[in-house]
Amino acid sequence: MSFPPTGALAKVAIAIIFAASAAAAPAVAAPPSSTADHSKFKELQQNFQSGPEVTKACLSCHTEASKQLHKTEHWKWEYKNAAGQLLGKKNVINNFCTSITTNEAACNSCHIGYGWKDNTFDFTSEVNVDCLVCHDTTGNYKKPAGLAGNVVTKAMELPPGSGNIIKPIDLKKIAQAVGKTSRDTCGACHFYGGGGDGVKHGDMDSSLASPDKALDVHMDALGLNFACATCHMTERHQVPGSRYAPTAQDKGEAHVRGKDYTTNPTTCQSCHGQAPHKKTAKLNDHTDKVACQTCHIPKYARGGVATKMSWDWSTAGKMGPDGKPLTIKDAKGHPTYTAAKGDFVLGENVVPDYMWFNGKVIYTLLSDKVEKSDQPTRINHFEGSAGDGKSLIWPVKIMRGKQAYDPVNKRLAVVHTAGNDDTAFWTNFNWEKAVATGMASVGAPFSGKVDFVTTESTWPITHMVAPAKNSLRCNDCHASGGRLEKVSGIYIPGRASDHASWLETAGWAIAVLTLLGVFGHGLGRVIASKRNK
Amino acid sequence: MARIYIFKRFERFWHWAQAALIIFMLLTGFEIHGTYSVFGWEKAANLHTTAAWTLIGLWLFAIFWHFTTGEWKQYIPTTRNAVAVMKYYSTGIFTGAPHPFRVTQLSKHNPLQRLAYLLVKLFINPLIWVSGLAYLYYNDLAASKIAVLAGLPLGSIALVHTAAAFMMLAFLIGHVYLSTTGHTPLAHIKAMITGWEDQDEPDRESTTDSARAQASAAS
Repeated sequence: MSFPPTGALAKVAIAIIFAASAAAAPAVAAPPSSTADHSKFKELQQNFQSGPEVTKACLSCHTEASKQLHKTEHWKWEYKNAAGQLLGKKNVINNFCTSITTNEAACNSCHIGYGWKDNTFDFTSEVNVDCLVCHDTTGNYKKPAGLAGNVVTKAMELPPGSGNIIKPIDLKKIAQAVGKTSRDTCGACHFYGGGGDGVKHGDMDSSLASPDKALDVHMDALGLNFACATCHMTERHQVPGSRYAPTAQDKGEAHVRGKDYTTNPTTCQSCHGQAPHKKTAKLNDHTDKVACQTCHIPKYARGGVATKMSWDWSTAGKMGPDGKPLTIKDAKGHPTYTAAKGDFVLGENVVPDYMWFNGKVIYTLLSDKVEKSDQPTRINHFEGSAGDGKSLIWPVKIMRGKQAYDPVNKRLAVVHTAGNDDTAFWTNFNWEKAVATGMASVGAPFSGKVDFVTTESTWPITHMVAPAKNSLRCNDCHASGGRLEKVSGIYIPGRASDHASWLETAGWAIAVLTLLGVFGHGLGRVIASKRNK
Repeated sequence: MARIYIFKRFERFWHWAQAALIIFMLLTGFEIHGTYSVFGWEKAANLHTTAAWTLIGLWLFAIFWHFTTGEWKQYIPTTRNAVAVMKYYSTGIFTGAPHPFRVTQLSKHNPLQRLAYLLVKLFINPLIWVSGLAYLYYNDLAASKIAVLAGLPLGSIALVHTAAAFMMLAFLIGHVYLSTTGHTPLAHIKAMITGWEDQDEPDRESTTDSARAQASAAS
């Protein structure tokens, strides 16, 4: 019988074919599951000249789509948290590119709309909703920075005068191929937050477009192959799982089909339940204190894309010996200094920081006073403690920055960074002009002086979940100087700083004294027996 | 030289198994505590837990044995002869004085031993046992409806467990040393292995030897 060798050969052949096809075109693997072939729709058989024209065609069937989108954070870029703070990209100042205001044309290429170029944008317009940016399946849909979210349908030079020609995209083809959202469509913006690949989050970058199992056990392209929406289960276009409304601790059961849940479907527990460790039950005893992510995401920025760990704007604006804006790169070719942005520190395979987190995040907003004596200013911070009954120990990325503020009015600065006008920082490297324009646009007072404050922001680490075998081991935390060394309010066996020093002293003293006592006694016996002889 | 059978087979097995387990648990326990690294924390914790259940099983058998055989009476404390024994260990042992206590099958421990072992059995062991189980089932305690138990911080449980471990360590050191204080350094240890204790050191106490041998035989 020759079954085994044949079987083995077949397996090898299948593996080769599969690997080859996967490498070439992973999308071909499964036949389309949709009952609608959009290429057959008359509404889509036209040469669209703009994004809104496509949306109009979409809305002719999907009549409620824009109304749904208008209610989302993806559209509004605004969110009011439980503490009453008005957040969202529209309002916050971060310590990456700092803020979108007066920079909309550049930043808002990641808005799911067309034409948000300044604060006159019409948020009630249905045709300004961009369907394609999320539902494109071709990978050809592009929203270049500088066009306020609009797309290029005729070849154009961008930025004007740069000699950089942007090719038009074929909206007809793209519109006819619409489908479900994917890691690519979500990633087009979310992988690139903060101004580049992997810059902002650390646990989200382009390596997650087609990750292997070691990088993300769920999104593994040759395995479970989760899309973003597999966890971020979306209804009525409301994508759950925003970091503005985080669930720090989920005590609910695993979600069952047919049952209605109001809880966040993106938590680990919403699938895995409360006692996911079958082989080593003791591990389940950790879930009352430790977030799943703490052990199961041993490091972030693991996919070969570096993330920014710090960003110092105060050094921006240096010119090189050639009189042109200076750029310094590290050994891997990543910029660590650019005249436009200042100094960066990049990190790959970064061990997270850990802290108690109860789901409440407090921000320092434009209206908040910033004292230079109180450094670093916390752009945002996670609340939580060992004893509040709502907190778990979470892994986080701490982003450190140094950014512009008004030392007289004691406010963080809104900086007009990008633009083709005289005051944009990237045009003439003048902080005072750039901040004056920025502050004026939001109606904030500006003293005319610019100084820099050190800042810190905190980002939850929740993606890049490693396979179980790569998760943390006991001694990563059950040790002195371990991962949780700085986490207070909890007794961790093996961590010396938790020891009662009086007991250590007394215990070892008694042991040593007993030992000395018996040695002395024994010595006495030896001497005595020799004398007695 | 008279010999007397004082440690039964189960008793010897219990003693040595318990000795091995306690030494092993001290070793792994202080690693879990964070004092040093030998096995690696994970392995130390697993081994410590396995050893704990083994020891608990052994104790259950030992308790059963003590009560069914009446051997528990060996641990009833007494002051009779206590001062004399204390004097022996502090001075007599150096001058070659005879041990004031005679081992018999009904009374195999001297008054100090009785007291020390009773302390181990009624104080240190239960302390370790209770705090250890609380340590192991801390989550279930925390989730329990009984407020006193639910409010117990792990740090306090660990503190008691560690304190008990130090006590056990001190006892172990003293116990091992005192096992060498027989008429030869290995006499007591031999007795604990074979069950048979040599009654006397013949050359020193030959005058009373036969009388005592008769007495022990009669009892």
